[in-house]
Amino acid sequence: MTPLTGYLLLSAMIFSVGLAGALSRRNAILVLIGIELMLNAANLNFIAFWRYGPNPAALTGIMFTIFSIGIAAAEAAVGLGIILAVYRHTKNTDLDQMNSMKG
Amino acid sequence: MSIIFLILAAITITGASAAMGLRNLIHCVLALTLGFVGLAMLYLELGAQFVGFTQILVYVGAVAILSVFAIMMTRSAGPDAEAEAALSASWISGLVVAGATFAVLAWAIITSNITAAASAQPEVSVKDIGNALMHNYAVPLEIMGLLLTAALIGAVIVAMPQEKAP
Amino acid sequence: MTPQTVDQIFVITKAWIMGHVPGAAQPIASAILSVAPVLAVFPLLFAITTVLERKGLGRMQNRYGPNRVGPYGFLQPMADGIKSLTKEDIIPRSADAVVHFLAPILLVLASFLAYAVLPIGRNMVIADLNAGVLFFFAIGSMVELAVFMAGWSSRSKYSLLGAMRAVAQMISYEIPLVLSAIVIIMAAGTLSTVAIVNMQAVYTHGLPHWFLFTPWGFCGFILFMIAATAESNRSPFDLPEGESEIIAGYYIEYSGFKFALFFLGEYLGMFATSGLAITLFLGGWSAPFSFLTWIPSYIWFFLKLLAFIAAFIWVRGTFPRLRMDQLMGLAWKFMLPMTLLNVFDVGIWHLMPHGILRWIVCTALLVIPALLLGRALTRKQKLQVRTYRYAD
Repeated sequence: MTPLTGYLLLSAMIFSVGLAGALSRRNAILVLIGIELMLNAANLNFIAFWRYGPNPAALTGIMFTIFSIGIAAAEAAVGLGIILAVYRHTKNTDLDQMNSMKG
Repeated sequence: MSIIFLILAAITITGASAAMGLRNLIHCVLALTLGFVGLAMLYLELGAQFVGFTQILVYVGAVAILSVFAIMMTRSAGPDAEAEAALSASWISGLVVAGATFAVLAWAIITSNITAAASAQPEVSVKDIGNALMHNYAVPLEIMGLLLTAALIGAVIVAMPQEKAP
Repeated sequence: MTPQTVDQIFVITKAWIMGHVPGAAQPIASAILSVAPVLAVFPLLFAITTVLERKGLGRMQNRYGPNRVGPYGFLQPMADGIKSLTKEDIIPRSADAVVHFLAPILLVLASFLAYAVLPIGRNMVIADLNAGVLFFFAIGSMVELAVFMAGWSSRSKYSLLGAMRAVAQMISYEIPLVLSAIVIIMAAGTLSTVAIVNMQAVYTHGLPHWFLFTPWGFCGFILFMIAATAESNRSPFDLPEGESEIIAGYYIEYSGFKFALFFLGEYLGMFATSGLAITLFLGGWSAPFSFLTWIPSYIWFFLKLLAFIAAFIWVRGTFPRLRMDQLMGLAWKFMLPMTLLNVFDVGIWHLMPHGILRWIVCTALLVIPALLLGRALTRKQKLQVRTYRYAD
């Protein structure tokens, strides 16, 4: 088992854990945290391929990861803002009960 | 597979699983922070210094604190919050889907023919990253700036308490 | 003993010891030998600073400081240490025990980690990282999480309020802190602290090339020090921990050794940020004049650090505390535009030809907006006649 396979398996594991949490938890904030975990798993994938890939001098993996970290931070900020706005409206962060668009 | 990789992988998986499994939300976020630090150390092990430190600065220093603030402000962390059910009504299907995803991914990884030779650690300095950002990736950089500005303004507007009409 | 030997005495000692270490244990022995002096010296400096601060503040307030224990009170830290070690460790019943235990540990860990990239002397740095300054700021952002953990885990209204205030203050001031350091990174072209100090350790006509002696460097230095004072929750920004405001803020429910650990963490953070300011702006271990280079480099670093500590104590004894909204207004409305203007300024400095004109242009570009902005921000606050309303 090459080191690259190890990193890819770890990345797949983190992705599945994030996916499981995002699909099974009730609180909206935890779903967002699950999405952050999935993004992080993808970043690990990028860096692992950059390190063990054919052309590390092109810095493609690192560039993708830097942009991904920035975008994930922006998405977390906006997502949590939306959750706060919905909470202020319905006094509830339970996703099972947010099933109507009529406010 | 080196021992350092196994230890860091164990730390990361523990943090990620605890983040998704614990009942108290603040404990979830703290476990998530442990997972992020584990990932940052994995990046350092892979030789991407800049990305590892950026991961700590952005995720541990900003996203985790933001999540904690959101948990505080939506009252999801008090004593009455722990009495509610933690899992959604359809949690079994969620776990099944996640398990199936992992099975498919792992099968694809293990059966693929990755001929990754153990190459030397690529020496990348921050200057190279800066050069790449300014020359090859200048347009994505500017778009990121626009996106971050839009996200900043949007998050403030969305989360602002609305004035009650008199 | 030539001056070079005295200057490199620690490096020579370490090399001599490493010669006697077997090959397999070389990396770990090298790491231990580099880290142990930092672990020994800076807590000692913390102990000295506590008594210096109490005596300094006392003299500024026209009273003696502690003067019972030892000559002129200088063994007071020993008494404090024994007291805090023997006090009972109280954990509130409703507190979250695991997080309550981990918060001071994380704080001290983050504060110690930051010393890894500070060059204490010539060739004396623990880790010469390529992205040294970024490492420092990344570790500094872990302190906020520790503060929040401390405040939340105590399950007490005062500590949660203090923690929220402290975290809001720290994240607000992190932006001017990083932006004022970016000016130096732009001018030096590198993120490595060792390279930045080496760039400043050259002399022309006996004067050094410190970044402090440039308009953008001076402005960046002032902004960096204000932001550093706010980041360490130090007066006049110590609303989250002010004794007359909120008792002790986020570490009320801590007693005994954990309280001492919080103090240690806060002061170590202060020393680390001062160390970074010395590295970025004041030339690190280099002497201020070229005829003084015979004094060892580490002596210069600690002299500059002591000057910073004295300045911190002086500011604490002088200025009144800022209210929360004044504090946030200062960060977002004054310091953020000034740091952005500073970044613009260093670009102009770099592109203009050498000469007196660029000094004048760059200085004017910083001073005039600062005056105008300050005037605009304080204009609305007319002082009114104080009226009292009493409850009937």
